[in-house]
Amino acid sequence: MMYPQSRVGTVVRRLGQALPVLFGVILATFVLTRALPGDPAAFFAGPAADEKSIAEIRKALGLDRPLPEQFLVYLRDLSRGELGTSISTGQPVSEELIRRLPASLELTFLALLISMIIAVPLGILAAINPGKLIDHICRILTTAGVSLPTFFTGLGLVFIFYYILGWAPAPLGRLDFAYLPPPHVTGFYLIDGAFAAEWDTVYAALSQLMLPCVTLALFTLAPIARMTRASMIQVLSSDFIRTARAAGLTNYTVLIKYAFRNALLPLVTTLGMVFSFTLGANVLVEKVFAWPGIGSYAVEALVVADYAAVQGFVLSMAIIFLILNLIIDILYTFIDPRIELGN
Amino acid sequence: MTVIINSKPAIKEVVADLESRSASETTGSSRIAHSIRKQGSYIWYILSSNSVSLIAFTLFILLVLLAILGPLIVPYNPLATSAVDALKSPSWSHWFGTDQLGRDVLSRVIIATRLDLLISVTAVAISFVFGSLIGAVAGYFGGWFDKVSGRFIDTIMAFPLFVLAMGIVAALGNTVENIVYATAIINLPFYARVARAEVNIRRDAGFVHAAKLSGNSDFRVLAFHIYPNTLPPMMVQASLNMGWAILNAAGLSFIGLGVRPPTAEWGIMVAEGANFIVSGEWWLAFFPGIALMLAVFTFNLLGDCLRDIVDPRQRT
Repeated sequence: MMYPQSRVGTVVRRLGQALPVLFGVILATFVLTRALPGDPAAFFAGPAADEKSIAEIRKALGLDRPLPEQFLVYLRDLSRGELGTSISTGQPVSEELIRRLPASLELTFLALLISMIIAVPLGILAAINPGKLIDHICRILTTAGVSLPTFFTGLGLVFIFYYILGWAPAPLGRLDFAYLPPPHVTGFYLIDGAFAAEWDTVYAALSQLMLPCVTLALFTLAPIARMTRASMIQVLSSDFIRTARAAGLTNYTVLIKYAFRNALLPLVTTLGMVFSFTLGANVLVEKVFAWPGIGSYAVEALVVADYAAVQGFVLSMAIIFLILNLIIDILYTFIDPRIELGN
Repeated sequence: MTVIINSKPAIKEVVADLESRSASETTGSSRIAHSIRKQGSYIWYILSSNSVSLIAFTLFILLVLLAILGPLIVPYNPLATSAVDALKSPSWSHWFGTDQLGRDVLSRVIIATRLDLLISVTAVAISFVFGSLIGAVAGYFGGWFDKVSGRFIDTIMAFPLFVLAMGIVAALGNTVENIVYATAIINLPFYARVARAEVNIRRDAGFVHAAKLSGNSDFRVLAFHIYPNTLPPMMVQASLNMGWAILNAAGLSFIGLGVRPPTAEWGIMVAEGANFIVSGEWWLAFFPGIALMLAVFTFNLLGDCLRDIVDPRQRT
């Protein structure tokens, strides 16, 4: 029962659905800057500016023109990949974001990988042993996990593994000062280091990554484990599982091939929400570990009211989130060939 | 009175009513006491049947008491600095130690309860009111308002929510009120969606048609017949949401938005204490962090208990 053509159609339709959302996101980011009370020109001019220089900046930025026209200019700049210039560094915001993006993505992806490796088996085990010890462990972990402020967990891990045990390196960025970053290919130090066969660097980068990754993973573990458990329990109580068991299929076949594949669907849907939380928590974790990603860039920019930088950050995070959701939805069609998106 | 005189059954009824009323008057106080005891024992039954909900409820009362009585019970002035006492580890005179300016951490943690709860309660209340308003109108009338509000909510949800809150605070200005508004805006979609769904499934229910036929306006039907029915799931949503709102507000102040030093607030206290973690002065960040965690934990547990009562099927 495979209809590859309709699947392509589904994917194309899903891409089409993303366009209005993208437009909404851009419009919202624009409204946040321009249409709210407060003078963007004063923001751009910085705290030391007087009336005259603010007026000049307003003209230079095109802020004296009507809003719809400003929006069109904004769209034109965006289509060229321009996000304005940061007032604190004097660099174009887009270049800075692209330079820092790999650091954030390396952290986020590794953290999600760790938490999935732990949370999915934990959820499955809890679901097939309801009321047993593993179920209670799962319940405690998920309730505690959602209550933990990420920045607090991060600091706790630093205190234990850096200050007391001395196992972890100082929480100061992606690489110890003794190492040079590997030659730039993907921007991911682990992958670039492996390409260049600089295993010392890979190890150093990994040891720096460990604590922030575990911090983020602890945070994302809870919703993933909770959802896995819930959807597994639901699937396991359905008729086709009973039939499969009655037909004498092995435990493994029933659990993994029959139950888990069906339980994956709600799990994949939850992942979208988890991504949203992770991208937010990322900002906090980056601040705790002085991680040179886009999150700490935004925090620095916020403190000095560097408006273009913050706006660029918010927009690019929204676009990353949009793309992730898109990938999730497309994955969905591959997990479940029955699904027709758009209905 | 004429009715009573003219019809026998009516007289019987009135007499019965009078009798029961006098009976209730003689035993009135004990009946009220009984009903209170019954109510109380019901609440006690729910709480004691599940030790987790008992813990959650106790913690909740403790938090509220700390928020109300905070300034009366703190051992020290939370803002008083003292160079001699700087960075003292926890001891009998300073249970939670002192910070880099010699301020008592225990007093600051207690004082912060009020501000932290106030920020999150206000934010949740705003998103509750506006979310349920938008959701109820969209769910009841449908049409263009449903489409427009749906698009609006989708757009909010298209952002990573904490990041959107950062953007909103940056755009509105770096103040505590704007933290409240930002937290309210990012929570709005959840309330609007729940309210819309709950109103929508009742739109064509029998009692709604009955209410309309007896001449109630759409507004009255929506406000007094349908809306009260959506409150249980909305309340569950609110208490589950409180913990998240506290985390969000604390996270925003952790990165330096909203609350300014020397104000005592858990997020900013953890941020200030973070610089001392690597040199071993753990108590600066630890105690406000634990307080924050406990508060969030309390509301999450409370939300779970409420949901188990309102809708046991949703239990996960």
